[in-house]
Amino acid sequence: MPTAISYPSILDKPVSTSAILPEWFATAQETTWKQFQTLPAPKRGDEPWRFSTISALDFSAFTRTEFRGDASEWIARSKGVTKAAATLVFVNDQLVHAENKVPDSVICLPLAEALIAHPELVQQYFMRHPVTLGSAKFSALHAAHLSNGVFLHVPANVVIPDPVQIFHWVDGEHNTILPHTLIVTGDGASVRVIETFQSTNDRAATLTIAVNDLIAEKKSTLDYVVIQALNEKSKIISINASDVAAAATSTSFLLSTGAEWARSESISRLTGEEARSYMLAVSVPNDQQEYDQRTFQHHISPGAYSDLLYKNSLYDEARTIFSGLISVDEGAHRTDAYQTCRNLLMSNACEANSMPGLEINADDVKCSHGSTSAQISDDEIFYLRARGIDSETARQLIARGFSIEVISRLNHEPTEELVLSFLDQKFSTLR
Amino acid sequence: MSLDLLPETLDTETAEAVNIDRSIGDFTFPERNKFDAGRGLSEKTVDYICDVKNDPQWVREFRHRALKVFRDKPMPTNWATEDLNNIDFDQIRYYLSDGEKPKRSWEDVPADVLETFERLGIPQQERAFLAGVEAQFDSEAAYSNVKEELSKQGVIFVNSAEGLKEHEEIFRPWFGKVIPTGDNKFSALNSAVFSGGSFIYIPKGLKLKQPLQAYFRINSESFGQFERTLIIADEGSEIMYMEGCTAPKFETATLHSAVVELVALKGAKIQYVTVQNWSSNVFNLVTKRGIAMEDAEVRWIDCNIGSRLTMKYPGVVMKGRRARGEVISIALANTGQHQDTGAKMIHAADETTSNVVSKSISVGTGRSTYRGQVHIPKHLKGCKNNTECDALLINTKSRTDTYPAITVKGNQHATQHEASVSQVSQEMLFYMMQRGISEGAAMSLAVNGFINDLVREFPMEYSVELKRLIDLEMEGSVG
Repeated sequence: MPTAISYPSILDKPVSTSAILPEWFATAQETTWKQFQTLPAPKRGDEPWRFSTISALDFSAFTRTEFRGDASEWIARSKGVTKAAATLVFVNDQLVHAENKVPDSVICLPLAEALIAHPELVQQYFMRHPVTLGSAKFSALHAAHLSNGVFLHVPANVVIPDPVQIFHWVDGEHNTILPHTLIVTGDGASVRVIETFQSTNDRAATLTIAVNDLIAEKKSTLDYVVIQALNEKSKIISINASDVAAAATSTSFLLSTGAEWARSESISRLTGEEARSYMLAVSVPNDQQEYDQRTFQHHISPGAYSDLLYKNSLYDEARTIFSGLISVDEGAHRTDAYQTCRNLLMSNACEANSMPGLEINADDVKCSHGSTSAQISDDEIFYLRARGIDSETARQLIARGFSIEVISRLNHEPTEELVLSFLDQKFSTLR
Repeated sequence: MSLDLLPETLDTETAEAVNIDRSIGDFTFPERNKFDAGRGLSEKTVDYICDVKNDPQWVREFRHRALKVFRDKPMPTNWATEDLNNIDFDQIRYYLSDGEKPKRSWEDVPADVLETFERLGIPQQERAFLAGVEAQFDSEAAYSNVKEELSKQGVIFVNSAEGLKEHEEIFRPWFGKVIPTGDNKFSALNSAVFSGGSFIYIPKGLKLKQPLQAYFRINSESFGQFERTLIIADEGSEIMYMEGCTAPKFETATLHSAVVELVALKGAKIQYVTVQNWSSNVFNLVTKRGIAMEDAEVRWIDCNIGSRLTMKYPGVVMKGRRARGEVISIALANTGQHQDTGAKMIHAADETTSNVVSKSISVGTGRSTYRGQVHIPKHLKGCKNNTECDALLINTKSRTDTYPAITVKGNQHATQHEASVSQVSQEMLFYMMQRGISEGAAMSLAVNGFINDLVREFPMEYSVELKRLIDLEMEGSVG
């Protein structure tokens, strides 16, 4: 049985930065703790929190507990793709298992080790941009408490064909994890990362505040897939930022099936000509799950492309909020940007809020957004029933197909299969 | 607050374009106000207005309550532009009038006021195609008339002061009900100091064949115009109401903050057409909302060409089964202008449908914004909304934003929202220039093509005017 040492609420003073970590990191933790204390808490009427359930943001009950037990069960249950370049398994932010087949030039380390082995390199990329979509206070809390995560640095022209997998398990009542994922692909490099968030049991209410920064240098390819399958008592805030340089391609995908309340903020900065960013998400909430998703496509450079597709299938009393903005800076001509949010309403008690926005400060741009909310049409059900499929199965088939349209854009069969297995796991619990 | 504040990047051509269209409204006559509430807003101002207008006690109380709400409410700069903070409420003059009652005949209207409206073409339009006209000059109506046969049939078309005194039994139950005082800071301000505006009642089953028109004119510097309009269309009736507005260009900012409430009872149909052409120093902060009962329809047809900042989101509350709401909106934002417009569709009954079509054009450093809200609650079924907003950018520094918010609860509804942003392509211009059309004319053709399907929604006489106005605005904007 795992033994645990308990700490006070995460809103109280964090544990001091270990002396073996670099000085800049200790300073950063001090600064961010002060920021956390001074930044105002989100309140009703704040535009970045419009439609949000503000009461969900009371994190005072959450603590941090170290994991000291036998992790073999969680390692065994960390099922990903069969062929992986590296696998890292964390329980409560503690590395419990690592397999590494990446080329020698690649750095693929838990953040705690990378901070010691490559302090300057980590510093160069660590939380470079302010958090602007609403969770600045919680991003500061994350940084102040930060103890681990993954640092993956793929140097120029190195291509890693198989995915790097990261598993996060959160264990213990009212426990908090604060994983930090920092991925850098050098010029012409390529990598695909799959990160999953899961709970060790169905009972414990936990909190995850995850920050991930993706930096795709020129002509590189960075695919980042997140599967959020926490138990339905948990809360998660995930703050995702991609920097996409000239001719680089970044894909960030999020599957959400778990958590009681999940807030995700995803920002993509297109800083060079022909940069391409794909922002994809599939969510299947049921019961009283609430998914609050905020996105930002920031066209800084002219001639860049971004495409966002978020699809929600809402069951029972589920609630979703989608707020997206395409922002085109002055001078960012020849921008080509799309944003689509589609809600499939599967019950008469669900609620879908959509706020698709555009802010255009340049001409010669092609921008469009679309948002739809509707149920499955009777014709579609009739079509399948006429072929001997009962209406329950027909509805399920259509909802699955609706989600698969996004998943198929991952363009990597083993990854698609893995994502689909989590999706089907969720569908198997739904009627 | 006029052109001096505009960015220096403004080229002469664009500057000319900004000035040109205003010429029609850019003239003023000396003030000869008998009643002037002075500058600034206090309880005394409100009492002054009440005394001059001889308001009943309930109106006086209503105004004072509203003043308190106005003071308590913060500026909505958490979502709206910071430019709102440039309004100096202490410098504004809240009530100006010559103390005369509105005239029923143009011959009785004072010569300079008559000349004002003659120059704006109002009496001529009245003769040509209107069923009735109200012409407001600063705080009060100078002229108000409706064709005799209509008043015999029970049509009421008077200013708001007369409405609340002479027709209290119809006026009072709906006044402030569609837009409560506390709806927003500016509806509260209007409720405190309102004067002028129209009260219209169309009796059961009467379908007006010709539109009614109101024309709002600001003549005095630093003036705030706060008209209040209430239109009630009784069961099965139909009405089209048009409003136009201009102001001369003063050196200081002018405020226009109207409240317009529409009530379409069972099966009634109200169309409200606005062509807003305020000069580019007017803050135009307007609250407009209609209620549509069973099988009723409220349509807002809205065109914003003028003003420094317009914030206007016409809304429809669909309260009865199968009620329909529609907003058709054209906005043109030239250098120094921000057109922040949109629509609010509140579905409150089964099988209600709403449609929003918005097109905006940004020229020079102009900025146009679409803000929308669609709300479909859980207990309803069969509600539908369609929203389309398209933006056209003419110059490299032009700006456009879109911020819709759509809430759908339950699964028996359908909503769709689409928006696009584009510019006039070089190929299109080249194609036309190759056929001997000048670049400016080609640009104008392209812009007119972009808004053509919406311009057709305006009454014919207006759509011609609208095309002309837009041509003028666009002049010299190429390059």
